Amino acid sequence: MLSIKNLQAKVEETDILKGLSLEIKPGEVHAIMGPNGAGKSTLGNVLSGRADYEVTGGTVSFDGKNLLDMDTEERAREGLFLAFQYPVEIPGVSNLEFLKASVDSIRAHRGEDPIDSVTFLKLAREKCKAIDLDQSFLKRGVNEGFSGGEKKRNEIMQMMMLQPKLCILDETDSGLDIDALQVVAEGVNSLRDPNRSFIVVTHYQRLLDYIVPDFVHVLADGKIVKSGGKELALELEEKGYGWIEESAAKGV
Amino acid sequence: MAVVDFNQQAVAFAAQADKQTFLKSLNQTGLDQFKALPFPTRKTEDWKYTSLVALTKHNYNQAVQTSDVEGCESLYDIIDLNANRLVFVNGVYKQALSNIETQQGVTLVTFANASPAQQAEISTKVGQIAETDRNLFTALNNAQASDGVYLNVAKDVQVLKPIHVVHVTTAQTNAASAFSRCLVELGVHANATLIEQFVSTDEEQNVLLNQTTEAVVGDGAKLNHYRLNSEHESSLHFGGVYVELKRDSQFESYQVLLGGKVKRLDVLVNHSVGGSHCEMKGVYLPKNKQQVDIHSYIEHKAPNCTTNEVYRGIMADQSKAVFNGRIHIHPDAQKTLAELSNKNLLLSDKAQINTKPELEIYADDVRCAHGATVAQLNETAKFYLRSRGISAQEADIMLSFGFINELLDSIPLDALRTKMRPLMAEQFTSDRELTKHIIIDGEDA
Repeated sequence: MLSIKNLQAKVEETDILKGLSLEIKPGEVHAIMGPNGAGKSTLGNVLSGRADYEVTGGTVSFDGKNLLDMDTEERAREGLFLAFQYPVEIPGVSNLEFLKASVDSIRAHRGEDPIDSVTFLKLAREKCKAIDLDQSFLKRGVNEGFSGGEKKRNEIMQMMMLQPKLCILDETDSGLDIDALQVVAEGVNSLRDPNRSFIVVTHYQRLLDYIVPDFVHVLADGKIVKSGGKELALELEEKGYGWIEESAAKGV
Repeated sequence: MAVVDFNQQAVAFAAQADKQTFLKSLNQTGLDQFKALPFPTRKTEDWKYTSLVALTKHNYNQAVQTSDVEGCESLYDIIDLNANRLVFVNGVYKQALSNIETQQGVTLVTFANASPAQQAEISTKVGQIAETDRNLFTALNNAQASDGVYLNVAKDVQVLKPIHVVHVTTAQTNAASAFSRCLVELGVHANATLIEQFVSTDEEQNVLLNQTTEAVVGDGAKLNHYRLNSEHESSLHFGGVYVELKRDSQFESYQVLLGGKVKRLDVLVNHSVGGSHCEMKGVYLPKNKQQVDIHSYIEHKAPNCTTNEVYRGIMADQSKAVFNGRIHIHPDAQKTLAELSNKNLLLSDKAQINTKPELEIYADDVRCAHGATVAQLNETAKFYLRSRGISAQEADIMLSFGFINELLDSIPLDALRTKMRPLMAEQFTSDRELTKHIIIDGEDA
């Protein structure tokens, strides 16, 4: 589904990704862990086409198409979804109109008819309920005045509405208490499907107790330095990142 | 094209125009006031950023040649608004297009159709609160005042239907000026809604519309006021709204101004007795080479009054806007609460906003705040929308509209919100595919 080869990217004049490679097949959940500054968030931003991130080398193919050639909105329409680490507040644009615009554009891209407003509202309410978000949030400005946890739940709610092929969760667990973490994880798990893949970017192992990954990768200094199964996350939790960074530096 | 002397021609035109005899004294005073005021240049403080050069390209000081227009109802029809309607085309009252329902305690009549007794009332009241020293167009309106709307509401009477005063302008063979007046007096604890709407036919305009409204809001009374300008972008509009607030009265005003060649609105509110409240909200949306100029003056002359003033503007292309908002707290105006906020969004690097919020305070026990901001579209917000599949173009429009949506949503009359929403959305694009998600009213959600 997603094939990243030797990806290099910089922000302003600083190289952040320095040759990252990753293969993701349909239905797989990949966790990306690593110390601060390793390039974890950059990966999500580069994959979704954020303008401040310049790709300087490598290729990314998404369902056989060249992802790096596409505009941000095209990537979304092709089925890529980034759950933001810091969801943006947009006063004056209601959550509902935002969701409708989003779902309509993605459906249009797939050649599907728009959903009528009544059905859409019903669907949006259902998803709110599933993620424990009060319906009144639909009327409010996008993320406007939401608490940290509400913002993260709103991201998952959007994911449920858009039904993407590839979901990238960028530190979705940060700032969540344990109850909120469980709700978010349940939302994510409800979307797990043989045809849908996930990249779960996180600093802590905790989230992976709830969203159990098939693979765990350690990102350090812009590269994947170690990959393993879910037990790797536990090892990291116990030993920290230091030993991996050291062995990576030694070229082991 | 020859440069014409606007003032000289205005004086000549005022001398020959046919007017109502009962307004003779106002006309004479107005002419004297006008003669004392020079034509504004870039050095005139109150006109510094608005170019009036268009007024010297043609002779606008001539009578309109025709006020006949076919099928103009669709221009101002507001669905589900059940209102008393008075329609003026190029300043000329159109009885056939108007509809006034009589109500006990409510006088609603045009100056020309008023009874001699009503005309006598009008002549003593008109021109009493309109100030002319800052705006020569109001002086000229005094000089040329002839017809207009007179609304008088008796004590304790609530006017059942909104009063919808429509001004239509149409293209003339030669440039011309049209004048109109609105005089409102609300008695003690009276209540009325006045909607002043300005529209034009969809063609190059050459009528300069000069309209002045004066309102006295009696003790404990409330005036809900709307002023909606959506004429063709070539229109010339000079408007003045002058309000006097008596004890514990309220004035709530919503102003929407799409741009014109020159569109100027002066709003003056006097808190003259005490305990009164003024709530004023405005949106201006010039694009292309349009200009909008808003000057508001709030005079706190008495204690315990409040003002909440919020204006937002979005300037696109090479358009220009001026917002000059002044709140003046006089020495006797203790316990005043006054806030003024003006936020602007520039959509192009050639668009311009000149904003000047002013607070002048001469009392010591008051709480006042004022602020102005100028910003561009938020790139992070745009990325967020695009990352959900929304096109860059639609994201721009959603974000722009979001900037004014809050003010639009606060309009209490549903019918007006429904009318204004698509009109405002159209300012950003004529492509309905791109505005389809924003014209759904937030209330429907």
